[in-house]
Amino acid sequence: MTTNTKEACETCPIHDAAALKKLGVDMAEFDYVVALAGNPNTGKSTVFNALTGLRQHTGNWPGKTVTRAEGGFEYGEHKYKLVDLPGTYSLLATSLDEEVARDFILFGQPDVTIVVVDATRLERNLNLVLQVMEITSRVVVALNLMDEAERHGIEIDDRRLARDLGVPVVPMIARQSDGVPELLQAVSEVANNKTLSKPYRVKYTSPELKRAVEKVSKEIEAAYPELPNAHWVAVRLLDGDERIVEALRKGELGDLKHGDLEQRSANLQVFGNQ
Amino acid sequence: MTIEKTNPLDNILSTAQSLRWEIDVDFHEKLTESIYTDAAQIADRATTRPEEKPRFDFDRTLDKIITSKTWGFPLMLVLLMIVFWLTISGANVPSSMLATLLLDTGHPFLKGLAASIGMPWWLDGFLIDGMYMATAWVISVMLPPMAIFFPLFTLLEDFGYLPRVAFNLDNLFRKSGAHGKQALSMTMGFGCNAAGVVATRIIDSPRERLIAILTNNFALCNGRWPTQILIASLFIGALVPAQLAGFVSALAVVGIALLGIFLTFLSSRFLSKTVLKGEVSTFSLELPPYRPPRIWQTIYTSIIDRTLVVLWRAIVFALPAGAVLWLSANVIIAGTSIAGHLINFLEPFGLLLGLNGVILVAFIVAIPANEIVIPTIMMLTVLVSGVTGVGEGAGVMFELESGMETMALFQAGGWTLLTAVNLMLFSLIHNPCSTTIYTIYKETGSKKWTWIASLAPVIMGFAVTFVVAQVWRLIESLL
Repeated sequence: MTTNTKEACETCPIHDAAALKKLGVDMAEFDYVVALAGNPNTGKSTVFNALTGLRQHTGNWPGKTVTRAEGGFEYGEHKYKLVDLPGTYSLLATSLDEEVARDFILFGQPDVTIVVVDATRLERNLNLVLQVMEITSRVVVALNLMDEAERHGIEIDDRRLARDLGVPVVPMIARQSDGVPELLQAVSEVANNKTLSKPYRVKYTSPELKRAVEKVSKEIEAAYPELPNAHWVAVRLLDGDERIVEALRKGELGDLKHGDLEQRSANLQVFGNQ
Repeated sequence: MTIEKTNPLDNILSTAQSLRWEIDVDFHEKLTESIYTDAAQIADRATTRPEEKPRFDFDRTLDKIITSKTWGFPLMLVLLMIVFWLTISGANVPSSMLATLLLDTGHPFLKGLAASIGMPWWLDGFLIDGMYMATAWVISVMLPPMAIFFPLFTLLEDFGYLPRVAFNLDNLFRKSGAHGKQALSMTMGFGCNAAGVVATRIIDSPRERLIAILTNNFALCNGRWPTQILIASLFIGALVPAQLAGFVSALAVVGIALLGIFLTFLSSRFLSKTVLKGEVSTFSLELPPYRPPRIWQTIYTSIIDRTLVVLWRAIVFALPAGAVLWLSANVIIAGTSIAGHLINFLEPFGLLLGLNGVILVAFIVAIPANEIVIPTIMMLTVLVSGVTGVGEGAGVMFELESGMETMALFQAGGWTLLTAVNLMLFSLIHNPCSTTIYTIYKETGSKKWTWIASLAPVIMGFAVTFVVAQVWRLIESLL
């Protein structure tokens, strides 16, 4: 991708969208890892296909993707590896698919996590967004199914939403590839640290709860200054999450290299409908 | 406070531990509640809802009918019937065209070509009678029904019908002591059992997940639909006048599929009452909005993703199977071919089950892929039962219309209606294919459960076909 002439539109951020190169399963030497999370049946696989050019079968039912699919794309001189996570309503890891999704966001430490959100069911979908934002601030919300929202007469102020959440929000109709350029731009800006997110933090209603979380997270911050999500880890410890205790003990959370990510990918690799 | 301050982690953990006593017991609920409250607030600020009643109504009305207690099941049956009727009646013409092209024209042509370049008989037999014929049969028998069935099924799936099926079946699953989400993994199994086994990951409880894994085999998979469709249209459809044939064969296939669902409930119930006792867990199932399927894209992806993938898998297994079958039918030991020995050995047992030796050998050959059951049966019947004429390409058999050809072949193999019925039953109730077995092992991590999942269905299959055969013969002798 070489630029021949300097034209006005080349300075526009959207210009790069024309340079989306769908790399399919070719994921050699990627610069960034992007995770694709979201509630079941919000169109994650459709977004995945639109970005990678792969044709993962997309079905209209929750639970279609229980394993992870991976693909690649190139945009703005960077190569991205895109990981499609199983659709989940929460990241409390009560079932295997939730665990797969959470472990990847937590241990895989993707450079960007896209949370695909169903515009017609915003309230329930935001539960997951808030939970993801507790783990990582590098989030882009893909506000999908805008056409269905319109059909149902729902209007969504995406800029208001972005301001409240503190992360980029991109309205989309993934089935028609509407909003894909904007999504790519938002993802690349987060990946390249051009967007600094200030993610919304859940407010705890009970004062004791708030005090407890603050106390534990201070200690965690002191002990593990590298940890990006001390607050969330504190909550998990207070909830008695054995998996997180184990991860801290093994140093899985403290410093994690991409090599470990590869290792985990191998562990989670499943054949079947991929 | 005598803990040595060496490990910061232990300090943190003890702080957390002591704080846990201070905060409420319902910490988890409070946490979830906080998240929900905030999510609701943010969503509310960003959303403007219409004043008047929106068009959600269409979905609601449709759901009221589709998931209603009265209409839910009948509608399901009608839809299944339509899908199979379209498949069966639509596949006839292209099937016979492909058979004419590949078997009646292609085979003699290749044989002639081989003869003209002076190919030795064994090489020509190995390549053309073995490998080519097996592949040609796979294509002409399987491609047309699959090219119709899969897109239709995928259209229903994209429309949003499958979760409604799960919704309808949920109650029955719960009564069987299994998880309602098993309805979804079962539906997935209608495509591919290996995928269905992986899909059980959506079930949280290990007990219910194991039940779902063990019983997934009773959902007829891609590899077995063609067998059911072909045998039903040849034998069952032939019992009634031609106008009704399509309908009656569709009815037979739906019957087998329903029997599979029934066996899923039965074995789930058995497992949950015996070795896998426990409580049924509750869950919420979301009914997604109906979405108008994108017809052309669906047809494209379902033909690429499903039809061609399944066909390719069948061909990959059919090529070596064809070669091995030809060899086993032509390597003579003590006056009989190897295949002959094997078939003769299994024949008495096969007859006891209302099947025959050829069919049992075919099911052994087809362990890697159920898709090649029918082609193997045809190959073995031609190669062993003395129906000649394929080699010369001049047999009377091949001047008949394609469906009739296959029928004539089966009749030459000594088939009756009982054989056909029991073949359909045994195809439903037998061991999973090797891919599924491997997947079960990977998902359960247990050799014991893998063995049970593999062997229990075969034993059940033997039992069912045996009983059917005995009762059938008893009735026949009385008539």
